[in-house]
Amino acid sequence: MKFASYASAAVLLVAGALVATGAQAQSRDTIQIAGSSTVLPFASIVAEEFGNAFPEYNTPVVGSGGSSGGLRQFCEGVGESTIDIANASRRIRASEIEACAEAGVKDIREIRIGYDGIVFAADASKADFALEPVHVYKAIAAEVPVDGEMVANPYTNWNEIDASLPDQAISLAIPASNHGTREVFEEKVVLPGCEEAGLPEMDEDAMEASCLTFRQDVVVEIAGDYTETLARLQSNADTIGVFGLSFYDQNRDTLKVATVSGVTPSLETVASGEYPVSRPLFFYVKGEHIGVIPGIEDYVAFFLSDAIAGNGGTLEDAGMIPAPDAEREAVMAAFDEGKAIMASDL
Amino acid sequence: MTDTTASPGTGTVSAEENRARIRKGLARRHRQEAIFRGMGVAAIAAALGFVAILFGMIIFKGAPAFWQATLTAEVYFDPEVIESDPRPVQQEGQSPADYRAELLRWERAVTLSNWNAVVADSIRKLAPDMELERKDALELVTSSVRYKLRDMFVENPDLLGQTVSVSMLGSANTDVWLKGNIDRSLADDRQQLSAATRELADRLAEEGVIRSAFAWHIFTNVDSRSAPASAGLAGAFVGSLYMMLVVIALAVPIGVASAVYLEEFAPKNRLTDLIEVNINNLAAVPSIVFGLLGAAVFINYFKLPLSAPLVGGMVLTLMTLPTIIIATRSSLRAVPPSLRQAALGLGASQTQTVFHHVLPLTFPGILTATIIGVAQALGETAPLLLIGMNAFVANVPATPMDQATALPVQIYLWQGNENRNFFEARTSAAIMVLLGLMIMLNALAIFLRTRLEKRQ
Repeated sequence: MKFASYASAAVLLVAGALVATGAQAQSRDTIQIAGSSTVLPFASIVAEEFGNAFPEYNTPVVGSGGSSGGLRQFCEGVGESTIDIANASRRIRASEIEACAEAGVKDIREIRIGYDGIVFAADASKADFALEPVHVYKAIAAEVPVDGEMVANPYTNWNEIDASLPDQAISLAIPASNHGTREVFEEKVVLPGCEEAGLPEMDEDAMEASCLTFRQDVVVEIAGDYTETLARLQSNADTIGVFGLSFYDQNRDTLKVATVSGVTPSLETVASGEYPVSRPLFFYVKGEHIGVIPGIEDYVAFFLSDAIAGNGGTLEDAGMIPAPDAEREAVMAAFDEGKAIMASDL
Repeated sequence: MTDTTASPGTGTVSAEENRARIRKGLARRHRQEAIFRGMGVAAIAAALGFVAILFGMIIFKGAPAFWQATLTAEVYFDPEVIESDPRPVQQEGQSPADYRAELLRWERAVTLSNWNAVVADSIRKLAPDMELERKDALELVTSSVRYKLRDMFVENPDLLGQTVSVSMLGSANTDVWLKGNIDRSLADDRQQLSAATRELADRLAEEGVIRSAFAWHIFTNVDSRSAPASAGLAGAFVGSLYMMLVVIALAVPIGVASAVYLEEFAPKNRLTDLIEVNINNLAAVPSIVFGLLGAAVFINYFKLPLSAPLVGGMVLTLMTLPTIIIATRSSLRAVPPSLRQAALGLGASQTQTVFHHVLPLTFPGILTATIIGVAQALGETAPLLLIGMNAFVANVPATPMDQATALPVQIYLWQGNENRNFFEARTSAAIMVLLGLMIMLNALAIFLRTRLEKRQ
């Protein structure tokens, strides 16, 4: 009995103490980041280096959830239980800026950090692919034009689309719509391919909808990260996956990359603009949290510094394509001025 | 049987017939029993086989990750590279805050020195004839080596101009190359390391400079992305520990109190029946639902911080509560009613009866339920993903309010790391650590139960 009462007293004490710390914790002193899984490795590396270089700040915490997931969390409001920075592999949308403004987040600072290529890669044991956007379109669209009429996609093997492609069953693993990569994939590959394929006359909206309606039988949408895409490739070696250039770079031993429009993706071809499927990477800073959560300004400046995001910097080693110096300086200047992004800027 | 009693005239014949029938029946019954036993043994063998395959695979993959390529190099703290003023000393009359600010400034200046040059020089000295590029030399060791040197210097600025031998961790790619986890016959453009670094690694391994050392840092370091070779589980471990403390502190008192009330005091009516049904249902609710609930209530409504073990612990408490309530109620029901009647008959009040006589008998049951509930909570991942605990956290949380991850979430994160060649083994190693903890918890449950049961 004595034991029981001591034990319960101790347990109640601990419980009370926990609740007390909960009530007391007023100021978060660690930067909280979430969003794009493409930006995640870069942001994590910077966060770690930041923690090492600035002993007075804690190492920022970097979560994932995809560009859309991160921006949704970002737009939940102002306060310590909301994140300070959202990583995105696409630009913020006007609808998201509105949602943010409604929740009280009005001072959104846009930071463009560099560029990333999107690559098509197959299992290393497979034949080489020299893809054109139109091939990809014809492989994944639900309906394709045949002799000027839209018919259900008849293609089962790549060589039926174009004789130059290998005789291999069509199977594609593409990012699901929670990923910013999906938007770039649609805009830079599928839509140009669709245009080239020459759809019959129809109004613009119907055209876009038709271009972006994918068949369900051979296209797998991956909501998770690139390792999930890789697992798809391992379970079905015919699958062609859509990856970020940096992910491909770390797994060159198991993956074989396809050329797009005759250009092999690499740091150089993406930086020069030769490789067509590239996109800028961003993060968005909640202006309302600057000065409340310590270290945000230093984090931004550190991220954009030459040693990190510049040519030959840490992030280039990790696979990000650096932005030209002038562009980074302009981004930094806009941040310092406190220029918030508006829906009208988009 | 009825035949023999019904017609005694044909007794001998039917008795023999009977025996034959029984013998036949007996053989069939024996056969049935043998088949059933055989099936049982086969089922156990299959189950054990699966467990053996699972454990075998994990251990086979994960065990090598506990040993990592490590080397010792002579590091010269070159005064020409490390630009540093003398370390500030606290002046008389200087406030501690000012002194700390000055010290931070000094540390920042030290950090900004080109430590990579210091590291590269010490690597080059290991193979002076190879004339390595700085990049090739740096690839050999993990990138956190430069912070290790910086920390050594900050600790002891007298190192300037001295040469000390420092143990360095090989980089993840070096480790992968030396362990043969990447196909060594692949062409240069598909390898992660440059040809020069691969040659250097092979040569140093042959000379015994690079050796395979036990990776204690898996237990002492936090997660790392910029230096994957030094990634460890310390942050996730402490995060899990805090969560389990929260779970024990909340789930045990609430669970035991509700069980005692429902079992010993509550009137039996519609309402208590309804509560009982709901508790049983709660035990079957998928854990992800508790995660959604936690995100909506604790984070959005109560504004508790994201990624905090406190919130994680509260969510897991919801999940553990039904387990503890149900187990406590069944052990209360197992206490013989005569005990209660005797206590009541001697004039003890209801409360005295329960707390002096009934509850102490249920301790082994409550304890087992708690430990099993905690072990279950320890391995839970899904609800934690929804409250922001699947983040990259490079700190050891100091309090349950700080951001942290948990062990199973760390496994999930490593599983998704883009450096597959290195992290595949690391993931299995983390699984081994988690399984080890689970086995220890379950062993503790069994040990305590037998001990307490013996004492009674």
